[in-house]
Amino acid sequence: MSQVAVKEQTSPRPARNKKPRWQKMGITGYIALGIVTFLSIFPFYWMFIVASNGTDEISKIPPTLVPGPRFFTVVSNVYEALPQFNQALLNTVYVGTVVALAQVFFSAIAGFAFAKLNFRGQKFMVLFVILTMMLPSQLGIIPLFMIMGNLGLIDSLGALIIPALVTAFGVFWMRQVIDAQVPNELLEAASIDGAGVFRAYWSIVVPIISQSAFVLGLFSFLATWNDFLWPLLVLNTPENFTAQVAVNQLKSSYAIDYALNMGGAFLSTAPLLVLFIFVGRRLVRGVMDGAVKG
Amino acid sequence: MSQTTVGKARASKPPSPWKPAKPQRKVNNPNAVPSLNGGWGYLFTAPFFVMFLIFGLLPIAYSVYIAFFNWDALGTQEFIGFANFDELFVDTRFWNALLNTLDIWLLSTIPMLIFSIGLAAILHNPALRGSTFFRTILLVPNITSVLAIAIVFGQLFGRDFGMVNIIVGAFGFEHIDFVQGTTSSHVAIASMIVWRWTGYNALIFLAAMLAIPNELYESASLDGAGKFKQFIYVTLPSLRNTITFVLIVGTIGGLQVFAEPLILGGSFNGGDSGQFSTLTLFLFEQAFVAYKWGYAAAIGIMITVIVAIVSIINFFITRKLSGESK
Repeated sequence: MSQVAVKEQTSPRPARNKKPRWQKMGITGYIALGIVTFLSIFPFYWMFIVASNGTDEISKIPPTLVPGPRFFTVVSNVYEALPQFNQALLNTVYVGTVVALAQVFFSAIAGFAFAKLNFRGQKFMVLFVILTMMLPSQLGIIPLFMIMGNLGLIDSLGALIIPALVTAFGVFWMRQVIDAQVPNELLEAASIDGAGVFRAYWSIVVPIISQSAFVLGLFSFLATWNDFLWPLLVLNTPENFTAQVAVNQLKSSYAIDYALNMGGAFLSTAPLLVLFIFVGRRLVRGVMDGAVKG
Repeated sequence: MSQTTVGKARASKPPSPWKPAKPQRKVNNPNAVPSLNGGWGYLFTAPFFVMFLIFGLLPIAYSVYIAFFNWDALGTQEFIGFANFDELFVDTRFWNALLNTLDIWLLSTIPMLIFSIGLAAILHNPALRGSTFFRTILLVPNITSVLAIAIVFGQLFGRDFGMVNIIVGAFGFEHIDFVQGTTSSHVAIASMIVWRWTGYNALIFLAAMLAIPNELYESASLDGAGKFKQFIYVTLPSLRNTITFVLIVGTIGGLQVFAEPLILGGSFNGGDSGQFSTLTLFLFEQAFVAYKWGYAAAIGIMITVIVAIVSIINFFITRKLSGESK
């Protein structure tokens, strides 16, 4: 007790590193984060190890843990097994970009209407959007397949694009974003100055939400890039494959050639990792902004 | 005279500017901007509704319809009432797939929840250095395709030369067959799900933790609560809604798991004896291998019902647990 009193006397100001207990950071925290970092990165590293060493080198005990010299041999094997691999990557970029742009555009205008406009049936429509988000997405897959057949879209990229142009999630997300980020006062001031709904949307809402819209677009792009089953069902000819279907093709046409499979997986993943270096922080912010808090 | 008329006219109209001249329109959206013409709302939402009805809702409604038919890809369309459901309830493959799905869901959800809340608690510490780096790293697993990751995990879990079994062997245990075994294949699949979603959910929990007022921790600290007690009595109760949210989203996704088992087994069978067949995998097997579309549609409806039931149970359990801890 007396010690505390003495301390208080000698240092009237709080010492700089006298943080509250809950703010101290122990070494165990860093060790845990180190393990998590390792586990998050390792599968990608391992993809490259297997692809650059060949199946024989990793099929021994202990397996090699360093990159080998055969990466380009494996890559050329991938292109030999599926000459359309580059086309598949381009197809994926194309479908992903179109879907992302469409989802952002349609979600943003609908989200704006739900957040800021007053029209009859509005409450019911929002409830409807939320309820449909809970429906399992696989439930309608057979009729969707039949519809695509009727539209003559089987084995075309249109079968991937058209059903993905709008999502209930996107609309719900943009509604939350616009509600939280766009102050009503700004829109009121604009409409007093004579701006109509279009003008108010274009010159006030769009600039404010552009960051969040970009994040939504990125997530749509990633989801489209990684979508696997639907493209597998509707695409048949290699010219129309997406990256995932192409990688899967490598898997099915050869018994278990791990080097070939991982080479394909690596080629289909590397573009995303490069993209992630540039946009990772924005994605993190997007995920955290969209979180349910408290 | 004229003066009085004006006066009368004024008196008949509401004079005060804060009383609306016309009877106010019904407020459908209390947060809306009143001066913007709401009628445009129909135009702005129309593209979404039109496309969503055609490509989202119509297929689902049609699914419900064909579930009552003997309907296949060759053109058979015969109304059979509830026969698909009767068949489903005595189909051992269905019950097997249901048990596998629930097992994989439990094996993935519980560790995922514990790891992600723990990680969020570490990241929540303001003294942490490099927090932006760690937050970004956490999202890396989530952006990669299930296919690529399932190929890597399939190799790592390989029976003879997989890294996991080499480690298991180094400890003197026998190698585990992560494809042929029931529980072991579920563990392999669950580990892919945990790997993919732990970081993402940790960010969700972190966002929720950052919204907790610092004063709560400071007063708990003054009351003598250590880090652990603060976590139990301050952090966890504040996360109640977030945990419910993560659990329900995780349930909807987890009960529809199919990509990981599909790639692990390389077919829609879910393993040689269906040891890791899941509900959605069974649906696809019936739809796109057996071409029994009516039967597959009935499976889809059962999946929806099961997802709804488990979500509701989840909701009440988390309510109850967090209610007690308060």
